Formats: sequence, C-alpha cells, structure tokens
Amino acid sequence: MEHSVVFAGFGGQGLLFAGQVLARAAIKDGLEAFWIPSYGPEMRGGTASCTVIVGDGPIGSPVVDRFDAAVTMNLPSLRKFAPRVAPGGLLAMNTSLLGKETGGRHDVDELHLLCTELAARGGDDKLVTIVALGALVGRLGWVTPGAVRAALREMAGRKRPEIVEADLGAFDAGLEAGAVPAAT
Amino acid sequence: MRTDRESDLEARPTAAELDTARRSRVLMKGNQAIAEAAVQAGCDAYFGYPITPQAELLEWMAKRMPELGRVFVQAESELGAINMALGAAATGARVMVSSSSPGISLMAEAMSYMAGSGTPMVLVNIMRAGPGLGGIGPSQSDYFQATKGHGHGDYRVPVLAPDSIGEAMELTATSFELAERYRTPVMLVADGILGQAMEPVELRFRMPERHAFDWALTGAAGRPARIIKSIDLDPEVLENRNLALQHKYREIARHEVRWEGWQLEDAEFAIVAYGTAARVARSAIAKAREKGIKVGLFRPITLWPFPERQLMRLSQRLHGILTVELSSGQMVEDVRLAVEGRCPVAFHGRMGGMVPTPDEVLGALKALRGRTERARGESHAVAPPRAEPVHAHATYEHSETTPWVHERARREGRR
Amino acid sequence: MTLHTPDPAAGHASGAPARLVYHRPDVLVDRSTHYCPGCGHGIIHRLLAEVMTELDLPAHTIAVAPVGCAVFAYDYFKVDFVEAPHGRAPAVATGIRRVRPEAFVLTYQGDGDLAAIGTAEIVHAAARGERITAIFVNNGIYGMTGGQMAPTTLLGQRTTSSPSGRDAALMGYPIRITEMLAQLPGVSYAARGTIADVASIGKLKAMIKRACQVQIEGGGFALVEALSNCPVGWGMTPEQSIEHLKGPVVEAFPVGVIVDRGKSAMPAADTGCPAPAHPEA
Repeated sequence: MEHSVVFAGFGGQGLLFAGQVLARAAIKDGLEAFWIPSYGPEMRGGTASCTVIVGDGPIGSPVVDRFDAAVTMNLPSLRKFAPRVAPGGLLAMNTSLLGKETGGRHDVDELHLLCTELAARGGDDKLVTIVALGALVGRLGWVTPGAVRAALREMAGRKRPEIVEADLGAFDAGLEAGAVPAAT
Repeated sequence: MRTDRESDLEARPTAAELDTARRSRVLMKGNQAIAEAAVQAGCDAYFGYPITPQAELLEWMAKRMPELGRVFVQAESELGAINMALGAAATGARVMVSSSSPGISLMAEAMSYMAGSGTPMVLVNIMRAGPGLGGIGPSQSDYFQATKGHGHGDYRVPVLAPDSIGEAMELTATSFELAERYRTPVMLVADGILGQAMEPVELRFRMPERHAFDWALTGAAGRPARIIKSIDLDPEVLENRNLALQHKYREIARHEVRWEGWQLEDAEFAIVAYGTAARVARSAIAKAREKGIKVGLFRPITLWPFPERQLMRLSQRLHGILTVELSSGQMVEDVRLAVEGRCPVAFHGRMGGMVPTPDEVLGALKALRGRTERARGESHAVAPPRAEPVHAHATYEHSETTPWVHERARREGRR
Repeated sequence: MTLHTPDPAAGHASGAPARLVYHRPDVLVDRSTHYCPGCGHGIIHRLLAEVMTELDLPAHTIAVAPVGCAVFAYDYFKVDFVEAPHGRAPAVATGIRRVRPEAFVLTYQGDGDLAAIGTAEIVHAAARGERITAIFVNNGIYGMTGGQMAPTTLLGQRTTSSPSGRDAALMGYPIRITEMLAQLPGVSYAARGTIADVASIGKLKAMIKRACQVQIEGGGFALVEALSNCPVGWGMTPEQSIEHLKGPVVEAFPVGVIVDRGKSAMPAADTGCPAPAHPEA
C-alpha cells in the first residue's frame, strides 16, 4: 500500500508542520514516508502546500498523478487540488474559511470540517491544520492515532512546549470529526 | 570452533531489533542530511554561498561547523567559495562546497584548476532548472555539465547521484573517499526534490579513513617545498601531465562504477534513470508490471564513470530501453553510446522544474513497446527515419535498430 | 656587471670575502628568473625573501601564486606554493588561513589579477579581515599577455589595447585600490612603496616587513602595493622606465603608509567609513 496526501492552504496555517507530523507518525508505525514542501512551480498561485506519501514499502515517485487525499485549507487550494483527488479519495475542506464552497466532485468523499471551531475546542483556534490531520487519520487510518500523538509531543514539544496540549486537543477533535460514521 | 560466518549470523539483529531500529529512524531533509553526513565524515571546512534550493545545506553547516571548532565561511560569491576550498584542500584538509546550478557554473573555473592540480574536494550540486537563472524547481539538466566537464581542458570528475536521502548520506562519505583516493574533485548531484524533501533515515554515518598526504602544503619545514599547480607551458611536459590524468581516469572507470538494477531478471524492457527520475520510474514499473509489461530499472549511481559495460551487456537481451530524465535528454546520449544500437532507445523527459509522473512514464513505455513489437513484426526491416518534432514533453526515439547491429550483437554474444 | 653570490656558509677558507655584505637569501632558489631585463619583480622577490628570512618565516609559509607575470613565483622561493585561478588568490589564501591557523599565508599578485579580475576576492578578504599578507605589484600593464591596458594604466598611456592612449571617457580612470581597501576596518596595514630608487627600495622593504609582522602579531589583513616598472610593456629602456616610474606613476599613485591599525585592526564600532560631515538630526 502507498497513500498520498497534499496539505494546502495559506502559509502560516501550519501545513508543513502537519505534514511532518504525519510523516513522523508513519515512521513510528514502522512505515515508510516521504515529505516534500511546496517548491518550484507549485509555489505559484497563492497556496503553500506539502505532499506526504506513506507506504509499507520503499516510496517510489515523489510526484503522483492523483492524490488519495487532499486537505484544502483555503479557496485557492480547494480550486487547485479538488480536481487532483483520485476517484474515491478524500477531499477534506476547512469549512470555517470555505463556507458553502464545494469541490464540485461527486466521486470523492468530501469532508467538511469547521477547523477553527474544532481547534478552539482543543484550546487554540489557530491549530486548524492539526484538526484536519486528525480528521484525515480518523477517516483513513493510514497511521495510528497513538503514533500521531507521540509525534506531536516530540515535534511541538521541541519548539513550543506550551501548545502541546492544545495540539493534542485539536488532533483529537479532528479525529472524532473525521471518524467514519457507523454504517446504517 | 566457530566459523566467522556462524558468529556473523549470531550477531545479526533479530527481527524485533530490526523493527525497533526501523521505528527509531529520524525524518531528515535532504540538504541537512547531506550536510550532517559531511560533518560526520570528518569534513574540516565548508565554504558556500546562498542559493535555492540548497540553502539549508549552507545553514546547517553554519551552525554545526563552528560548534565543532571547524571551518565555515560564507563567501562573497561561488567563485570565492570554491577558491577558498581550493586553498584549504591544498593543505590536505577535508573540504566541501555546495551550490545549485547557476552557482556551479561560476565554480567551473576552479573545478578545472583542481582537476588539473589534483586537489581533492567534494562539490554538491542540488540541481535546479536552467538555462540562465531559470527557476528553482527540480531538474537534472546539469548532467552534461557534471559529466562532460564544467571548465576547460581534458578532465573528468567522478559524479555520484543518489535517489534517496539515505543514499545521499552514504554517498557523501563515499565522495570524500574517492576525492582523496584519486586526488580529484568529486561531485554529488541531486535535484531540488532530494534537497528539499524529508525521508526517514537511520543515523548511520561513516568517517572515511584519514591518510597522510605527501603532497599537502603544510610549510616546507625539513623537506623540499611543495607546489600545487596546473600550469606547464612546455607542451611535452603538459602532455605528460595530461596522460597521467587520463591514466587516473581509466583507473577510476575500472574500479568505481556504481549502479543498481531492479526487477531486471526477466525484463524485456528497461528504464534507465537516476535520482528522482529513478523513483518515478520505480512507480511506473510497478504499474507496468501489473499490466504484464516485463520491465525493470537500470539506475546509474555513478554518472561518471557511466556504467556503460553493464548497460551494454543488459541491452543485448532487451527489446527496448526508455530513458527518463528531468531534462531534454542528456544522459540518454550516454545510454545510446553504451547500447550502440543493440536495442531501440526512447526518451521521456520534462524540463523547467516539472517532474514526469508515473502515468506519463507508463505511457512512454507502452509507446516504446508498441513500436518495438511492430518493428520485430516487420522482420528486421529498416524503418525509414521518422521526422519527429522534439517537443518539451515529447517521447521520441533516438535510434532505430538496424540488421547490421543485430548481426554484430549476435557475433559478440557468441564470443 | 656580474654579481657574485658566494655561499655565506662557506667562510674564509673557500676564498670568500672577509666581510660578506651581500648574498642570495637562502629562501631564494639559485636560478635566473624568467622576468624580462629590467623588470622590477626580481627586486620585489628579493625584498620579500629578505623579510621572510629575517622573520624566520619560510618553514611555515604557504604562499599563493597569481596568474600573470608572477605565475612562476613558486620556481624562485623555497616555500610551499599553490597556484590560484586568475584573481582568486585572496580566496585561496582565505581557505588556507582558516584551516592552518599556524601558517604564514601570503599572496603575490599583479594589478590585473588583484585590481581587475580579482576585485571581489581582494575586497572581501580585506573586509573579513583575513589574517593574510598580500604583496601587490602594480606596473600598470598586463605584462604576461603582451602589454594590454590594466586597471592601473595611467591616463594617456599607450598599450596594445589602448593604442591611442587611455581615454578616461572610454576606458575610465586608474584605480587606487590600496586607498579603497584601507577604508575597511578589517585592514590592519595598507601601504604603497616603489622600487624607483635605492632609498625607496629600503622603504618598500620596511613596508613589506611591517605587513608580515602584522600577520605574525595576529592582526588582520595587510597589503603592500609595490609600484614597479615594465620596460618591455611600456616600450622603454629600463632606465627610461625608472624615470617614468619616479615621475607620472608616483604622481598618480602617492607613496606612503595609508593605514597602520596594527593588531587592533577591527574595532567593532569602526566601519572604516568617515562619518558624514553634517549628519542629519
């Protein structure tokens, strides 16, 4: 198995950080990971982004034709990446900012997340992308929540120990929001 | 009494230990991993100048080298940086310089001097797209520059091309080793993706053994003065210097070729690619295999010396080769030289910072297969050369197999 | 005139003079140079050799040879030498200095090398206050390549690439690079001397000695510009070239010590630039 996700939005929304947390969690789960920041031509067009690929074998191509998931935190990134989600893939949207916007796709799992509100529940409404990361993990289960929490503690703890708890809270709020609803 | 082999087996880590080691790998950025590998390889001095996408390498060195009491200088230009390296290396120090494509062009002059005077040094090129100022996106368009010469004169330098961050770390140590063993500059080339990306790596480093150099400038105390130079105005003497250099290059070509084969055992087709392009190729090969196309990867690790004999032998049993690069087609010329028409060689590349996707490569591979099947069906008839336009994204064939070549390949195969 | 240079160690028994007043410094190789008749490089080589001997430097010197007439300097000194690409000697010397703190590091450069193609390298080595000594031989011409115009060629001077004479409107003005460099706080010592006459040669030697001592004492960058001649390139006899040197050349490039900050070269607050006469409030 090999899965790819793009985290896209404004610079400052913690996109690169969230991607690194996912990659680090994958390592803790004994998986392979590849993280590449928006770089080169990708940087144009008002979005910052990073791509993370996780897999149980060596990661091949650092570029993918279609993403298995896209986390879109603002309008330009929704417009840019919604068409690039693989059929059946996940399109996670920061509804706090995107409101009634949609990705215009009927063949993907469109997940609307009130990232700001959910992050506030954890204690810091700025940790929006960590909410989205939680939702991604809750929905798709590529990595274990425990590995993400451990990665968050290490990475946030190193630079900003005061927000570790808020990070964990944002992640758990996202995890719950993203969890697949029980089949009816 | 136990044999070494038995004790080796006992010393082998258990599956659980391996799993723990795997989970304790750290996430490292390519630029930083190369820098730290150089630090751990005993690099005494680093000289650099900021340029995207290699700036993190310089920044890492700016922090690490002074911590260890070693030398870091941010020079006034790439010219300054590499000439500082020349001076430091002339005293026998282990020296590294890094830059990206436009900066490497400025360094071409000193590379020629260092090759000519036998000064060891490691130069890292985190390649970006040109020509000119170009862009900052990933590229492999400096293949010609790296392998065919940066500056003037008859010289070569070993060029190592990793396709992962872990391999980049290992090859950093290897670069120092080769530089000192052969008294030559060595280039480590990676594209911007490998410089910017993060991957899990084991913190396993290697410090190449240190040797006392009988050529290093240390002050002529109690011995005759030493001179490190490339000039010789007497043509006969200079020719002899050149012959000695060429002898050295033959030795390097004989002993230092590195490459990797993957899924080649039953392959009818091979993709030849290095660096990031090789990773794209792996994904394309996995998809192609699912569709029943027997294809493998031939990945040169030393771009010079190019693994030409190995590729030549492989080509004798292939239906066709697809070369994939982040360029207009540079390495493909060496592929053609190695293959000498034994099988068709097609090319697929992207430029300007674009990276081919696995589906693109798969498409190019299918096209190649279609053509070779048609050609074989036409009982070795010589196809008239097609006038194909050379577009940026074009997949085009560089050579057609001729009956004459088949004949020669058969004769060589018999021998 | 033939110069006899007997071995100073040979003593009376071998027939040497009773009181030896002149001999070849040990650090110089006993061979004739490739320089043209009347060229000043030989005198400057000798001054440098005398200073190196007096300061006991040869055994730990690492010197950098330029591109230009002095490219073969390594043939004449018994010290370790590395050849630099054209103009890059100060960068090469920086590399040596940083990994060999105990070495005496020297560059020997001409005016094309230092003041044209190598301006970035010399300015930044000086700006960093690199503890190196640069001997800068200014003869106002590219001698090695056949007498083309240099950055220091005088206005009106005819060269093979300024056949009608240097015209400021087209070719700009000669550079006084030593004065430029002297402004930088990293520069411990900057001086200009000449080989125009015996008295000047003595002063030039004192400058070279001071520039070497500054390095030994742990100061910053030191530079001595030696105004020299090029009879062949200037199209003159050696005697005429010396007269020219004493006249228009020294007039354009005033001789003297420009700055001697000694060991205390780099006061943190001193940018080296004079403060504006009327600073804005």
